[in-house]
Amino acid sequence: MSKEIDTTVKVEDLSTFKETVLAKYPKKVAKKREKSILINDFDANPQIQANVRTIPGIITQRGCAYAGCKGVVLGPTRDIVNITHGPIGCGFYSWLTRRNQTKPENPDDPNYMTYCFSTDMQDSNIVFGGEEKLKQAIREAYELFHPKAIAIFSTCPVGLIGDDVHRVARQMVEEIGDGINIFGFSCEGYRGVSQSAGHHIANNGLFKNLIGRDDEVRGSAKYRVNLLGEYNIGGDAFELERIFEECGINLIATFSGNSTIQKFENAHTADLNMVMCHRSINYVAGMMETTFGIPWIKVQPIGAESTAKMLRKIGQYFGEQELIDRIEEVIAKEMVEVKIAQAKALIKTKGKMAMLFVGGSRAHHYQNLFEELGMTTLSAGYEFGHRDDYEGRTVIPTIQIDADSRNIEEITVTKDETRYNPRKTEEELKALAAGGMEFNEYDGLMAQMQKGSLVIDDLSHYEMEKLIEMYHPDVFCAGIKEKYAVQKMGVPLKQLHSYDYGGPYAGFKGAINFYNDIEMIACTGIWKELKAPWERESIVEAEYVY
Amino acid sequence: MNIAESHIDKNNNKTHIASCNACKQCAPLGACIAFKGIEGMLPMLHGSQGCATYIRRYLISHFREPMDIASSNFSEETTIFGGNRNFNDGIDNIISQYHPAVIAIASTCLSETIGEDVQRLIYEYKGMHENESDLPEMIFASTPSYQGTHLEGFHEAVFAAIKALSENAGSVGNHINLFCNMISPEDIRHLKEIVEDFAVQSMIFPDYSDTLDSTSWDNYHRISEGGTPVSSLRRSGSAYASVELGYILNSGGMNGRIKENAIKQSAGEYLKAKFAVPLVRTGLPIGLLETDKFFDHVSRISGQPTPQKYKQQRGRLIDLYIDGHKYVSGKRVVIYGEEDLVVALAAFAAEIGIKPMLCASGGESGKLQETLKIVLGDLYPGDMIVGQGFSFDQMEESMRDLNPDLMIGNSKGYYIARKMDIPLIRTGFPIHDRIGAQHTRTLGYEGTTILFEQIVNALLEDKQRKSPIGYKYM
Ligand code: SF4
Ligand code: SF4
Repeated sequence: MSKEIDTTVKVEDLSTFKETVLAKYPKKVAKKREKSILINDFDANPQIQANVRTIPGIITQRGCAYAGCKGVVLGPTRDIVNITHGPIGCGFYSWLTRRNQTKPENPDDPNYMTYCFSTDMQDSNIVFGGEEKLKQAIREAYELFHPKAIAIFSTCPVGLIGDDVHRVARQMVEEIGDGINIFGFSCEGYRGVSQSAGHHIANNGLFKNLIGRDDEVRGSAKYRVNLLGEYNIGGDAFELERIFEECGINLIATFSGNSTIQKFENAHTADLNMVMCHRSINYVAGMMETTFGIPWIKVQPIGAESTAKMLRKIGQYFGEQELIDRIEEVIAKEMVEVKIAQAKALIKTKGKMAMLFVGGSRAHHYQNLFEELGMTTLSAGYEFGHRDDYEGRTVIPTIQIDADSRNIEEITVTKDETRYNPRKTEEELKALAAGGMEFNEYDGLMAQMQKGSLVIDDLSHYEMEKLIEMYHPDVFCAGIKEKYAVQKMGVPLKQLHSYDYGGPYAGFKGAINFYNDIEMIACTGIWKELKAPWERESIVEAEYVY
Repeated sequence: MNIAESHIDKNNNKTHIASCNACKQCAPLGACIAFKGIEGMLPMLHGSQGCATYIRRYLISHFREPMDIASSNFSEETTIFGGNRNFNDGIDNIISQYHPAVIAIASTCLSETIGEDVQRLIYEYKGMHENESDLPEMIFASTPSYQGTHLEGFHEAVFAAIKALSENAGSVGNHINLFCNMISPEDIRHLKEIVEDFAVQSMIFPDYSDTLDSTSWDNYHRISEGGTPVSSLRRSGSAYASVELGYILNSGGMNGRIKENAIKQSAGEYLKAKFAVPLVRTGLPIGLLETDKFFDHVSRISGQPTPQKYKQQRGRLIDLYIDGHKYVSGKRVVIYGEEDLVVALAAFAAEIGIKPMLCASGGESGKLQETLKIVLGDLYPGDMIVGQGFSFDQMEESMRDLNPDLMIGNSKGYYIARKMDIPLIRTGFPIHDRIGAQHTRTLGYEGTTILFEQIVNALLEDKQRKSPIGYKYM
């Protein structure tokens, strides 16, 4: 039921994009890229190529598995000491570059996020192996902080020289004792084709080493939920925490914005999992369902309307009037301010056009905010999404596993004999589904995008330049790598990885921030229009003044 | 536990194993900066794509300019069967999209670990495309990060470009080579201005003053304009002299190496050995004394007296020193960053009466202390700590008892300055918590003037802020 695209740009125009860029590529490359660029027509079940290796020499937005594992999923947890096993660069470049925030409950609570530990491998470690150096690094980190947990992240050279980080982890647990939890990740950058491989590896590690280690039910037994795939960029988690609290919803764990080890260990005591970034965390949701019987739903608390929708789903799931009423009160209250800000921004933003190329969920979620701003998303795509993130989870059985995905560990989990506890009976689930709730489902980005819009996976730098040259969007959303190139072309770029050091953008207050920021951005074009005197067509002749 | 004791022995060398908060980046990053100084160039990293992405991200946050770096994008299979297919595809695709005049390739830890022979890959690629007349030049720098920091990568790339392109013209030309080290685009422009004012024809390399600091564009350029032209690089072999800024450069580049597969040479040394181009080496011209040395060299090489303009600048600087002396005298400073920068900044601090308490660098040439002793001479403080291969963590520990009044270095040390509540003067790389890193000026009499004023004003600001009375005259 996609809506028709209603912009001044005609659909025919958008379709010329593909020919234009493909013509530039060598045949082999064109053939491959062709399948990743399509005109959206969701009802016709289009198939997009995604999660395949970027072609050498094509400049991509993508990072590596290590970045996805260490930087994205494990990075935001404040009380795990993260040690990068490898040469210095990989660790250095992931040192506090993602802007995820954290707020220790007490000033003395540990926060190791500001540290960058690396084994800083040297020539001799590459030749003779680096396990000893890694052990020493773990000892040093332990002596320094006495942390509850230490995680080890492997970089490319580690896999090649055959260091076994898992063995080192086991040995060091024994050596240090003290109840310490040490675990390793084989997240070498050459695994998979992007950060996405690292997310999967991190999910497996979270499940094997942390989730379910602490059965104590803390706090209220009511309305217990987890939020999965929220990384607290710019304080997003704080805003969502605030909203949940207002509604009386009991947030047990966020994976992994503003998180701690204890919250992970305790996460299985929740009764509902909400998946925000499907790409990076759906594996944990699936495993928790199988093992502990916790159902999951997809949510999008980006955009005021869809934040409200999320809250209503929670109310519906728990089904208690008290909660449902409270949620409606909160929504009504929050919406007052939202509407005022929205009306003000709309004056400038209505009818403008956006393009979004970022991440594995943001290119989808942020379309909500642009819709609220009366803006059309002309083109969008993910950096590291899979087909299910575009076409919906129904296509998962048909996705072919290629060699690049085969080197990512798959773990099979089973029902936990003692702790498996289906939160809802089959009948209850059916009734909820009949009432419009979808469990274990995600429809993907293409379902939301208008018919005729342009969907491109793993947009290359070259294609990005072409997109801008040909269509001049009013706002382009990507990351810092793209920012200055896009702005050189006179189009403002909004960073959706780091929010240009602003935010939060999630929830209600976040929506207001976003409206304001886009309103501001929508009028920065003026600088470009300023001509120097000598560039103006008519030169003003000097006049003598008597 | 006292890390200072356990991690630093009495010669201030690190005895610890791991790195906590490193004060260095990896080698291909430096190589990419240097390569950006070549006109019409597109860089490719031979290895996994993650390194290229991280390095782009990092450079862009400093320079705030587009920075395109391709990668040959290894898969796990590539690590087993070798990267020649990825290499060839990568080059093909770069050419079809960008038509660069030069493709500059740097290796990463991954391709070095599996022992890729990139020179051979280039040779084979050229062989396969023998009949194509407009094939780009290809330059390769070997930059495994387990054998040196970003600075070694930078100098390795400068050397590689010269080695690949320099030619013997048969006769000596009337131009000089100026190898300017890793400095800001603004400082490169200033150096150009100086040599032009001496009426010397020069090739400055690497000249990324436009490519990494370009104007707002009317038309989009796939490859930023500017950079040292290939033709100038070719002529470097027939220059009548080379001037190299920096005493250490990559001379200590055997850092942690166990197999000495390449004897490290600087670009200037190479040209001297190969084409007998005389080489003058001096420090980065920061501060009065080091700038004097630089002007003296240029004056002698060109046979021209120092132009009046610079005599005036020098005079104004001395006048400023006198005015500002009372504010800086006896202050204690911590200096950190790339080794040659640290040497120049320490010499400057010492001459204005600020005492360097700690000179730290992530670099490990093994030459920092000896160089500081020579350059600072009598001004070398006996109790100064010199930290080679230092991390920020080690710096912080060493600083506990030093009572510094200020720090000079890159953004990464901010957290220490914040904890100790002292001002940080930002210079070097990276600067990503201030705007205008491309425009930092430190070189020459003028750059020193700006730096001196920054330091005095930061100290005054600090004093004013901490004073219970709101003094207006300081
Ligand atoms: S593997 Fe080496 S080249 Fe790549 S980011 Fe890490 S240190 Fe740098
Ligand atoms: S070496 Fe591997 S792990 Fe490190 S940044 Fe590069 S791709 Fe990522």
